[in-house]
Amino acid sequence: MGFQELLLSGIFVIIPLVIVVVLKLGLTKDILIASVRSIIQLLIVGMILTFVFDSDSIIYMLLMIIVMIAAASQNVIKKGVRIPGIKWIIILTLTVVEAVSMIIMLGFGIIDFIPQQIIPISGMLIGNCMVLSLLFVNKFTDELENSEEMIELILSFGGEPKDAVSRSLKSAIQTSMIPTIESQKTIGLVQLPGMMSGLIIGGAAPMEAVMYQLLILFLILTNATAASVMVGYLSYPKLFNSRLQYIGLKK
Amino acid sequence: MEIIEFKNVSHREILHNISGYFRENKITTFIGPSGAGKTTCLKHINGLLSPDSGDVFYRGENIASADIISLRKKAGMAFQSAPMLAGTVYDNLNLPLKIFNKELNQGRAVKLLEMVDLDKSFLQRKINKLSGGEKSRVSLARTFVSKPEVLLLDEITSSLDYTLVRDIERLVKKLQQEHNLTVVWITHDLAQAERVSDDIWFLNQGELLLQGPIDSLYSSSNTIIQQFLRGER
Repeated sequence: MGFQELLLSGIFVIIPLVIVVVLKLGLTKDILIASVRSIIQLLIVGMILTFVFDSDSIIYMLLMIIVMIAAASQNVIKKGVRIPGIKWIIILTLTVVEAVSMIIMLGFGIIDFIPQQIIPISGMLIGNCMVLSLLFVNKFTDELENSEEMIELILSFGGEPKDAVSRSLKSAIQTSMIPTIESQKTIGLVQLPGMMSGLIIGGAAPMEAVMYQLLILFLILTNATAASVMVGYLSYPKLFNSRLQYIGLKK
Repeated sequence: MEIIEFKNVSHREILHNISGYFRENKITTFIGPSGAGKTTCLKHINGLLSPDSGDVFYRGENIASADIISLRKKAGMAFQSAPMLAGTVYDNLNLPLKIFNKELNQGRAVKLLEMVDLDKSFLQRKINKLSGGEKSRVSLARTFVSKPEVLLLDEITSSLDYTLVRDIERLVKKLQQEHNLTVVWITHDLAQAERVSDDIWFLNQGELLLQGPIDSLYSSSNTIIQQFLRGER
């Protein structure tokens, strides 16, 4: 596909624009901004990836992963700002999950240590962990806000912090994991997953694409579990002090 | 005899230099206008909060250095909203033991219900099917699982109608006498304080304005207390 085809794909921006204008839906500006931003962002990413792939440098590859982790962390930190210490918890979780996944995949020879494989797979893993962590911090914050008396009740019985927040913690972990599990149940029945579609369009044999997709699916499931549990278990102790008193969320 | 003593207790902007004591086997009510710091004060007794300055003593031991878990087992607390787990009455009575991986046996559970004038048929009832008064009783019964010597009650009748309020008052007085309990009871209702108290603490804007027998309230020359008695605060 070249720039000419890309220009032609502009038709698919014009069609919704016409519909939106005719029906006076008030989304014209949003569609224009979204289209322009996606063009600029993806072209920049494309150029960066070309540079990193051509340079074949480990340092550039690591830098890209660091940027991905930083951007994903920033997103989650904004949502979880009321949880004490969330900044380092998220950075640590994303880094550990990414590092462990890569060590396993490289160790077992599932992927090669080349930017063309490491970067896209890292992007998918970090992106998924980011969504999971966002779901977790949203639900956990809601749960804590609604269970302050229950938490203090359990502490008043002589319970430890872990006992006091276990219900909120479990509920937040479940909420964050359910979309991943549910989406895996129906995968391939309605739409082909993104990576698999990309490989097939790129000329790969369907079975090869399926195998790559399954690898990513299972990795994502592992990472979903690891990220939720890690964020949860690193977060809750910060809500209490050494006298087993509930400090709670930041105001 | 004093069982709990506050010495110059201050907590953030809420409590200011509180000094006072609670007599053993007596009912002391905290009264005073909203925002007086009553709940904050109560939570200092079982160590759910700690003073920024000053000390709280339990049987002469500074609770800052006491084993906090055993202190909390001795001072059972019932909260204003009677927070409950979704599940049965038994699940809720079992909660104080479940956190220590123990189980409440059925016989003891029935006895706990009988203590609060509920029969054993309540044991398997769903919490969401109980009335406000029944929930308050279950909440009270639950505080007895750890066999406390002090009962901390945070406005436990505030959402109940008058008949139920009187029932719960009679129940608490009966339990206090049968189990030789020291009760610290927050109420915003002066009439309730008159009915149940041996002693009172009158708090206003984080200051302890008066401590003593309930009668001392009426002989006080403090303007704020007089306004409160006239219903102006």
